Amino acid sequence: MAEKILEIKDLVVEYHTDAAIVHAVSGVNLSVIKGETLGLVGETGAGKTTIARSILRILPTPPAKFRSGEIIFGGEELTTKTEVEMRKIRGNRIAMIFQDPMTALNPIETVGWQIAEAISLHNEVRRDEAEKRAMDMLEMVGIPMERFMEYPHQFSGGMKQRVVIAMALACNPELLLADEPTTALDVTIQAQVLKMMQDLKDRLNMSVILITHDLGVVATSCQSVAVIYAGEIVEYGTVEHIFDHPAHPYTNGLFGSLPRLKTTERRLKPIKGLMPDPTKMPEGCRYAERCPDATEECSAKPPDVAEVTPGHQVKCIKAGR
Amino acid sequence: MSSATSTAENKQAVKKQSQLKEIWRRLKKNKIAVIAMFVIIFLVLIAIFAPLIAPYSYETQDVMRPLEGPSRDHILGTDRLGRDVFSRLLYGAGQSLQMGFTAVLGAALLGIIIGSIAGYYGGWLDNLLMRILDIYQGIPMFLLTVTLAAVLGPSLQNAILAIGIALVPGNARFMRACILTVREMEYIEAAKSINCSVRRIIVSHIIPNAIPPMIVSVTMGLGFAVLSGAMLSYIGLGAQPPTAEWGAMISDGRNYLRSEPQLALYPGLCIMVSVLAFNLFGDGLRDALDPRLKT
Amino acid sequence: MLRYIVKRLLLFIPIILGISFIVLILIDITPGDPVAIMAGWDAKPEVIAQVAADLRLDRPIVVRYFEFVTNALKGDFGKSFRNKRPVMTDILSRFPYTALLAFVSVVLSVLIGLPLGIYAATHQYSWKDNTAIFATLILVSMPSFWLALLLVRVFSLGLGITPVSGIQKWTSWILPMFSLAVGYAASIARQARSNMLQVIREDYIVTARAKGQSERVVIYRHALKNACIPLIMTIGSLFGMALGGALVTEQIFSIPGLGQYTITGLINVDYPAIQGSVLFMSIISCSIILLIDIAFAFIDPRIRSQYIRKKVKAIQVGGEGA
Repeated sequence: MAEKILEIKDLVVEYHTDAAIVHAVSGVNLSVIKGETLGLVGETGAGKTTIARSILRILPTPPAKFRSGEIIFGGEELTTKTEVEMRKIRGNRIAMIFQDPMTALNPIETVGWQIAEAISLHNEVRRDEAEKRAMDMLEMVGIPMERFMEYPHQFSGGMKQRVVIAMALACNPELLLADEPTTALDVTIQAQVLKMMQDLKDRLNMSVILITHDLGVVATSCQSVAVIYAGEIVEYGTVEHIFDHPAHPYTNGLFGSLPRLKTTERRLKPIKGLMPDPTKMPEGCRYAERCPDATEECSAKPPDVAEVTPGHQVKCIKAGR
Repeated sequence: MSSATSTAENKQAVKKQSQLKEIWRRLKKNKIAVIAMFVIIFLVLIAIFAPLIAPYSYETQDVMRPLEGPSRDHILGTDRLGRDVFSRLLYGAGQSLQMGFTAVLGAALLGIIIGSIAGYYGGWLDNLLMRILDIYQGIPMFLLTVTLAAVLGPSLQNAILAIGIALVPGNARFMRACILTVREMEYIEAAKSINCSVRRIIVSHIIPNAIPPMIVSVTMGLGFAVLSGAMLSYIGLGAQPPTAEWGAMISDGRNYLRSEPQLALYPGLCIMVSVLAFNLFGDGLRDALDPRLKT
Repeated sequence: MLRYIVKRLLLFIPIILGISFIVLILIDITPGDPVAIMAGWDAKPEVIAQVAADLRLDRPIVVRYFEFVTNALKGDFGKSFRNKRPVMTDILSRFPYTALLAFVSVVLSVLIGLPLGIYAATHQYSWKDNTAIFATLILVSMPSFWLALLLVRVFSLGLGITPVSGIQKWTSWILPMFSLAVGYAASIARQARSNMLQVIREDYIVTARAKGQSERVVIYRHALKNACIPLIMTIGSLFGMALGGALVTEQIFSIPGLGQYTITGLINVDYPAIQGSVLFMSIISCSIILLIDIAFAFIDPRIRSQYIRKKVKAIQVGGEGA
């Protein structure tokens, strides 16, 4: 068995607002193998970002509330660490790339300063040394180091995302959390940025959690996949498991809503309906309302997780049979 | 065709109603705003019914008993002319509210018109109007108010006019900014794409979306107008004697600050409570109209 | 950058000309006959004739305007009807009082308001924030002249710590400055708090936390700097407001400043005095806002870079940085 760099057990996170409790993440189990990329796939609002931010413990509290669960990183439990201990991990051993590069950079500091900030936080280096390394990072993500002194608004979206990536990778993190790193970018830029991330990952020997709703991205860059629906993992396995033998109706639905070149189908099959209201999660299977194969049993009680083949887990009553 | 439009309008009416209900629901949950609202309603009732509830008229002089402390006849005492302080405070509500509401509503109306024209037509017209406002706003606001009130001649009406004029530029800018923001929104693009006429876009999309923030700004302006009115009356440029007005009453009381400090204290408290109520209600209204702005 | 400053200066001139025009026509909007009002109800015919000659209302407005502006440019606002002295002399001798009052009040209000607002924002959802925010709301709802009178009652008449009125020693300044500053401090606190709360929710704050930055640096470097930029504008406009506020404050505390001069002028319908002081104060207030705007452009890189010509930047590796 390969070494696990990260293991999440029974993670439960809620958002408490004036009106109601939002069940954002309900009992998620995950692990990331060292050197591999795990894809987190799901619709907007499924809880993917919440999972990533829980790992770094940068959820806005309040309203977010960590209910229970364990997050074990490199053999250490993160949930019980003090704030000071966590700070030594954030940006250093675990780094994060954000969805929207337009807003992820401080508008009134130079990009160079912002990268150097990350470096000098975690390394005992002089200021000019940190700046020199920040320039190297810029070059590494393909930005000429002359732009060190420029401000975020002088960069295009794709360039800003490169800056964000340079910032995240500045301290050679062991684990990179990439939260939809290409969603906000133009399609042509998306491929470039993904390719670059892939190269850097191999070069720096990182493990990655790649959050996305793009199955194409998953297919090309991930080794394992967790499909998230309404705060739960509904299917979890290797890329081969998920792509060749999808077992959960929701995963099937996701594939059905993708255009395919080889088959002769005329129409896409979108999944009907919407995700359940996260303040009023259904008693039984959370997907039952939209599931084409749902029976009465589905709505009665939540399904157990079944292992269809070793390492391929599915949260559906039909899967185990 | 006509039935189709009427159902569409019905639907819109239903939507608007439910929107109002939703705003009302959110407002009701904000206890402070509800209290503020009751204070405002209470003040309005006092202003309307002052002649009925006040034990004395605002000008009745009990000549033998000036500058008295509280007694059974005068529960808050009398002023230097022997007038009943409590009655005068009740009458004063009318003056303050009248100044506040008239000035603010007038300024809002004018501001909305100017701002809409500037925001919608843009170009040189917008430029011209904005430069004129720049000029107005170059004069410190209170200086402008005082000067106008003095030049027009000291009276309640002129004070209202002066306060209103000073408030117009702010309102106009605000309205213009609202319209510009709304214009950039994608749903306006969407409305254009289905060939909605310009007038229809203004009437059914831009104005309804610009009005809520405007209402908030107007409510906030009420507090400001009441304060300015009191200030004008204090320096003798607002309501004229013997009218009972809170600012003027403070001015009367300042000569007796040592011996009868309550004469200046009570009207000031009245001003503070009413301005506070307007501000709190405005805050609540803003949160209710747009929960995203809530801080 | 120079281009920006020049542009702002060019915008400044028409505004001042416009204000001069408004100030000039104040006399025309006066109901009734300004000559009769100014000369007084019991004036002798020769006095009336003299006033009429002084005002020259019979001449076309364009001519009057041209004359008014050229005289004003020479520093001549005419002679006061009341004391017959040149208005400019009186303004200049009185302005230092008003300038000191307004400046110290604004500085004081920033010193009180800014920390209070930040404190409230960083303690959101706690009783500390609620108390602070309610206190500032009460303070902005208070008439400042009333607060001034209460302070006089307590500290001057009651405790005898400060003089009742007039400027005899430095303690005389305490109450006027404080009573003027309190309301502004409260509004700065409210704005600082809401800016801060808005900025704290921005993505780049999360980015800074995700880097492992300490909460202190996140708040006081990343958030505070961003929250303060719009505040600079507010502080600039407060100077103008303080000049207006000085009208009443000087009246209450008998400070021989420009505010008192203006009020006296207004009460006596002394047109040259009114025109002179309104124009003078407006120019001061506009100049301060202009300076603040330019400072603002230096501070905010988003504005600055619009006006800096793109020059080829050769930065030496390891050079003086960030």
